[in-house]
Amino acid sequence: MTAAIAIDGLEVIFDRFRALKGVSLEVKEGESYGLVGESGSGKSTLLRAITGLAPVAAGAITVNGKRLGKTRDKAFYRDVQMVFQDPYGSLHPRQTVDRLLQEPLAIHGIADGEKRIERALDEVGLGTGFRFRYAHQLSGGQRQRVAIARALILEPSILLLDEPTSALDASVQAEVLNLLEEVRRRRKLTFLMVSHDLAIITHMCERLMVMQNGEAVETLTASQLIGHRVSADYTRNLLRASEGFVRTA
Amino acid sequence: MSVATIQSRREWLLSDRPASRLQARLGRAYVAWRRFSANRLALVGMLIIIGLLVVAALADVLAPYSPTFGDLKNARLLAPSAAHWFGTDDLGRDIYSRIVYGARWTLYVVILVAIIAAPIGLLVGAVAGYAGGWTDTILMRITDIFLAFPKLVLALAFVAALGPGIENAVLAIAITSWPPYARIARAETLTVRNSDYIKAVQLMGASPFRIVLRHIMPMCISSLIIRVTLDMAGIILTAAGLGFLGLGAQPPLPEWGAMIASGRRFILDQWWVAAAPGAAILIVSLGFNLLGDGLRDALDPRSGDQ
Repeated sequence: MTAAIAIDGLEVIFDRFRALKGVSLEVKEGESYGLVGESGSGKSTLLRAITGLAPVAAGAITVNGKRLGKTRDKAFYRDVQMVFQDPYGSLHPRQTVDRLLQEPLAIHGIADGEKRIERALDEVGLGTGFRFRYAHQLSGGQRQRVAIARALILEPSILLLDEPTSALDASVQAEVLNLLEEVRRRRKLTFLMVSHDLAIITHMCERLMVMQNGEAVETLTASQLIGHRVSADYTRNLLRASEGFVRTA
Repeated sequence: MSVATIQSRREWLLSDRPASRLQARLGRAYVAWRRFSANRLALVGMLIIIGLLVVAALADVLAPYSPTFGDLKNARLLAPSAAHWFGTDDLGRDIYSRIVYGARWTLYVVILVAIIAAPIGLLVGAVAGYAGGWTDTILMRITDIFLAFPKLVLALAFVAALGPGIENAVLAIAITSWPPYARIARAETLTVRNSDYIKAVQLMGASPFRIVLRHIMPMCISSLIIRVTLDMAGIILTAAGLGFLGLGAQPPLPEWGAMIASGRRFILDQWWVAAAPGAAILIVSLGFNLLGDGLRDALDPRSGDQ
């Protein structure tokens, strides 16, 4: 199988700060791949580098067999879409859901807009009752569903998820994660998902990479993580931290 | 209309789940209107401006005399009376009629300046803020140069170069009043350009032009509308100032500033010649200021969940 995303020796530098120090990874087609690490470990930067939002200093990114240059063309954005972390910030405050969903269709000159919008809203479980609402008339979970619908409306093959549920409360988190799982199965999408929550990553992803300070610590499968068969000390600490506070009597 | 239908209309407007684009837009406008109309003074301001519009539109009906031809023989410098409500000027023209027609010129100046200056400022500011780098530096330094001149002096220089006349006065005022709008638009742009919702449109492959025009400008527009409305009074006063200096409207145009200028000569004995247009400028300026304040409450993007 070919790689959907292949990254080789990626460096990202923001004003002399090396946010990524030569990271390499490979995500297979149809796979769900997780990136784990503490805040500032460079996992979100990696996603942003793929989309062209972060300045790439060195290294190569290949998506669906095509090597990416400095700029991304429209065809790229039809293949790769992203869901942001904060659903309160990722929807334009002056636009209705309808307008938000129409925008990508207008940019790419897609004709059957009406049908696509209705289908996208149905797919994320919102229905047309939400179509003409503004962002402030939606709850956090509903907003994230709209953001997912917006990402899906161009029918991409790869979805980048930047902590898509960390701003939501636990019950809504589960709903959104299930929705993402379902969408992935139905559309055979490739996921590259960032999270600091190990439970979510083990639930959603088959393989994962642990990151620290802009470097890859190790690559694991979900079952290795569940079985605690890890080799790096950092991962062991991360696992211990994720078990939460344990009272010692 | 019965109470019940009014009630159901309000519910339709305030609905949480609008069923059409129109309903969503009207609902939003209604919320803004409710916030605006809660401010009594803003309503007074709006009434003054509506009054100005009505007077300008119906000038032919409202004015009993010609604004440009007077009765030089019998009606020079008459005090206010039943026949001439605001008296007459040195050429025997009815001042009330001149003020009624002057409303047209005031509106003409204010609207043209707003139409020219606001879009220039919005475009310059939004492009500078979004593009950043060299574009930003160059555009903002040009803005700074314009800001460095006192407004009236720069307008005077332009009128002196272009020749006196109300059209040139409008141009001169427009040229001098866009820089603050560019500053506001740039500031607003800087606050939204790095937000996730702008990144999201970038990730759809939208062109920078489209992002600025359709996603950033709408975020700048409400603060711009507020600022322009508050500036209207200043524009009227600048136009009046230019008229007063003889560089704006030329006789016999019934422009309020020019009317004050011609009344200056008789200000001690025939006070009404200058006082009537002065009061008109005062009231209209006040109206625009009150309206602007009300709009600030209604449209401010930072207040509430607009």
